[in-house]
Amino acid sequence: MFYNSIKKIFIQGWLPFTVITVIIITWQLSSMFFSIPSWLLPAPSVILEEAVTGFEAYIHHVISTINLTVIGFLIGISVGLVVAVMLHLLPKLREAFYPLMILSQNIPIIVLAPLLVIWFGFGMLPKIIIIVLVCFFPVAIATLDGFRQTSHELIHYMQMAGATKKQIFTKLELPHALPAIFSGLKISATYSVMGAVISEWLGANEGIGVYMTLASSSFRTDRVFVAILFIMVLCLVFFSIIITLEKMLIKWQPRGKGEKR
Amino acid sequence: MSHLMVENLSKSFGDHLVLDRLSLSVKEGEFVSILGPSGSGKSTIFHLIGGLEIPDSGTFYLNNEKINNKRGMISYMPQSPSLFPWRNILDNVVLGAEIKEKPDYKKAKEMLMRAGLKGYENAYPHELSGGMRQRVAFVRSLLSPQSFICLDEPFSSLDEFTRLDMQKWLLSIWEQERQSVLFVTHNIEEAIFLSDRILVLSTNPATVQSEFKIHFERPRAESLLLTPEFLSLKKEIYLALRGELM
Ligand SMILES: Nc1ncnc2c1ncn2[C@@H]1O[C@H](COP(=O)(O)OP(=O)(O)OP(=O)(O)O)[C@@H](O)[C@H]1O
Ligand SMILES: [Mg+2]
Repeated sequence: MFYNSIKKIFIQGWLPFTVITVIIITWQLSSMFFSIPSWLLPAPSVILEEAVTGFEAYIHHVISTINLTVIGFLIGISVGLVVAVMLHLLPKLREAFYPLMILSQNIPIIVLAPLLVIWFGFGMLPKIIIIVLVCFFPVAIATLDGFRQTSHELIHYMQMAGATKKQIFTKLELPHALPAIFSGLKISATYSVMGAVISEWLGANEGIGVYMTLASSSFRTDRVFVAILFIMVLCLVFFSIIITLEKMLIKWQPRGKGEKR
Repeated sequence: MSHLMVENLSKSFGDHLVLDRLSLSVKEGEFVSILGPSGSGKSTIFHLIGGLEIPDSGTFYLNNEKINNKRGMISYMPQSPSLFPWRNILDNVVLGAEIKEKPDYKKAKEMLMRAGLKGYENAYPHELSGGMRQRVAFVRSLLSPQSFICLDEPFSSLDEFTRLDMQKWLLSIWEQERQSVLFVTHNIEEAIFLSDRILVLSTNPATVQSEFKIHFERPRAESLLLTPEFLSLKKEIYLALRGELM
């Protein structure tokens, strides 16, 4: 079992791993050969050095962003799930609010952000609102689709057996939508990190977004890359947490269908 | 135990009249088959009895109580097994009961054993063969609290050998339980082998065209299938069906 999964990671992972290694080596070598100035494009070794030596100085930024992301993500997906359940159970509400929900995604966050600052100041609130706005949508849409794609045969069986609306929802529609909900969660998880960084650009005391702005305005390009590195790592970590949860909760899918490649 | 009466049942979808003043009854402990070609409206009869669709006219009585528009009065096994993929076999077979009351897991395990599914309690439906899934769906309808059972072509998707095994298995269980059963099929042999009475449907629109009483003794064995009486009855019903089709 364990051996197999290691083997699988190796077999499936070697291709992207090789590509990344080749890119980094090319990058490193060209920085050395063409002596590209560090403020323009720092070599990977320089970035790594800054990541290690500057750790004490920037780690509080990372922690602050993690906090913000987790809070925003949790609120965002809760809002998404509640909205989906309400729109599903009350068709009139869906008719009224579904188009509105899609419109809400057409407002560029960059435009909305300054407005939120005017209305709510520089505290946590406007930042969390931004993360919630980018997070709730993928979850809500995926969950709604999951509910709606419930097999008619199974609904008919439940109705013939005399199931109440509530029983049909809890015993059939909700478990049926679970894989769809997780697809939404995966998208939201990666969006939430982006949302947090963007919201920190609005004006904050700490956070990866702040660290990044400070670094770029003082031409510390190596630090900008350190920030990018951490954003990617955070995305990957959140993503893997969701996948682990998914594997724990959804054990019933046939092989090949449930397994993500 | 229970008996069912359907009176003057009519149903059309749009301009298409599917059932025309169809009447039938199933007595207590009786096994009645409805025999009709594909598309004649057999499943529709069940959907109407079960309250899934509303009839244009007609009345249903279960134990002399009118059950029009009441759902959950009969135990139903759909044409496809309709198992819940996220529930293991044990949780699937108790579903019908779970909707109405607290399920009896001990009885469920016992029934699964009798269905030859011992050891599969924790398996998921996708891990089972087609025949096993049909058995699970049948056990689910047996464990449902309603005592009147409607079976919609439970074996139509199976190959000839499995089908015969399943028919024998169903008889062995039913001959002990003796619940009232309304069974839908388009297979003549299956209908004769299993039933006390066969109702042959006419098509477009469907009504009960003729009725055959089957007097073969129970318990019935496979050897019955090749006896002259069986074959001549088969011929008779075949002609009745064909006369209808021509
Ligand atoms: N919900 C519906 N809307 C419109 N037409 C329907 C509906 N349900 C059934 N029909 C029509 O009623 C007729 C009978 O359908 P039904 O499913 O009852 O046939 P059946 O005898 O069960 O066939 P089979 O043996 O293939 O299962 C068909 O012509 C079908 O097109
Ligand atoms: Mg049918």
